[in-house]
Amino acid sequence: MERPTPTPRSGIPFGRAALLGTFAAGLGGIAVAPAVSRFLSNAVPAAPGGLGDVLPGLGGGWRIYSVQSPLPRFDPATFELRITGLVEKPQRLRWNDVAALPGVHQTSDFHCVTGWSVDNVKWEGIRPQTIIDLVRPKPAAKFVTLQSLETPYVDQISLDQFREPNAMLARGQDGKPLTRSHGAPLRLVLPSMYGYKNVKWVRELRFDAAAAPGYWEQRGYDVDAWVGGSNGFGQ
Amino acid sequence: MLFTGLCLSVSSFQGILDRPTAKAWHLWSSIVLAAGLALITLLGNRAALARTAREIDRFDGDDGRWLKGAPGRLLRGGTAPPQGRFNAGQKLNAALIGGLMLAMYVTGFLLWYGERDTTYRFAGTVIVHDWGTLILMCLIAGHLYLAVLHPATRHALRGMTLGDVDEDWARKHHAKWVERAPASDRDA
Repeated sequence: MERPTPTPRSGIPFGRAALLGTFAAGLGGIAVAPAVSRFLSNAVPAAPGGLGDVLPGLGGGWRIYSVQSPLPRFDPATFELRITGLVEKPQRLRWNDVAALPGVHQTSDFHCVTGWSVDNVKWEGIRPQTIIDLVRPKPAAKFVTLQSLETPYVDQISLDQFREPNAMLARGQDGKPLTRSHGAPLRLVLPSMYGYKNVKWVRELRFDAAAAPGYWEQRGYDVDAWVGGSNGFGQ
Repeated sequence: MLFTGLCLSVSSFQGILDRPTAKAWHLWSSIVLAAGLALITLLGNRAALARTAREIDRFDGDDGRWLKGAPGRLLRGGTAPPQGRFNAGQKLNAALIGGLMLAMYVTGFLLWYGERDTTYRFAGTVIVHDWGTLILMCLIAGHLYLAVLHPATRHALRGMTLGDVDEDWARKHHAKWVERAPASDRDA
């Protein structure tokens, strides 16, 4: 009969300490990671392509996703916001016109479908109603298609979703003009939906009669991206 | 799991697999992995597993010296303090991977459940899950290198797959294990 090799009973139980310590560090990390991340992102300058893009969590909670490289660059001299489609008064607004539109401030949480969130983001921007009053959509208009300066990114929301009470076309974030990586000069903010509906670098709003899937929806993501009610849950 | 995880979270991978498919594969591979470990525990040789766990758990003075001298030996070579069936590095690796896997399961569950109930959506969850991935990948890459390529350790692969190793090699690298082994186990 085979006798097993005796095992030592001496020594300290360092193995279980390392295992449990690592596990505990992971659990504690859930609580402290956002604070550490904020601290480090202040210490590490945020340069596109820098350390913050490679090591997770160095962007102050944000992760910048794009489908084009380099990111679109905003030039106030040449920028034009087009508002087209099924409207009474189509518009081509230069940046000065956009900047002159009345704005509001709001604080809202931002949720990404990949699992991260940034709470209490301070936005400044234009309410959709201001746009609606300006262009007067025709009765047939049921959807708003947002075209990004970043090609081929496009997304669409329904006119009702565009009218959500805390939806806005943001021009500013946390007290400063929108930065390039956050979608300068204009991004949609729709806190009730995941970030991929919150189109960055908006250059055109088109009022449409028919539904058309956006960039990520063509790749399997839900059209109605309600936070906590889509992409695998709640349908 | 790494590939489907990248498809779920890194934008340059997000177009490769559509989200529902990547998510289903990611979830089911984690369940298969856990089920595999559970089956080994339930149906395997539990006494042998318990012995292995005890060997991984216990660190003696030689293990401490082994760990302290490891960076120097890696750079300059030299003789390591005598080791048991597992050297201190292998034991530490096993413990770290075990702890990280538990953390990955908890954060993975929170990421999954946080989509169902946003109360459980924490900003730190995905950061821990991502760092866990990075550290696990480093440990696994090191493990594969030492098991398959590194001349001094790759003989252990024979032990893992066929169940026996050369006695001279064992005497050199795992002297305390050979000392304790019954004579019947030694000459195959």
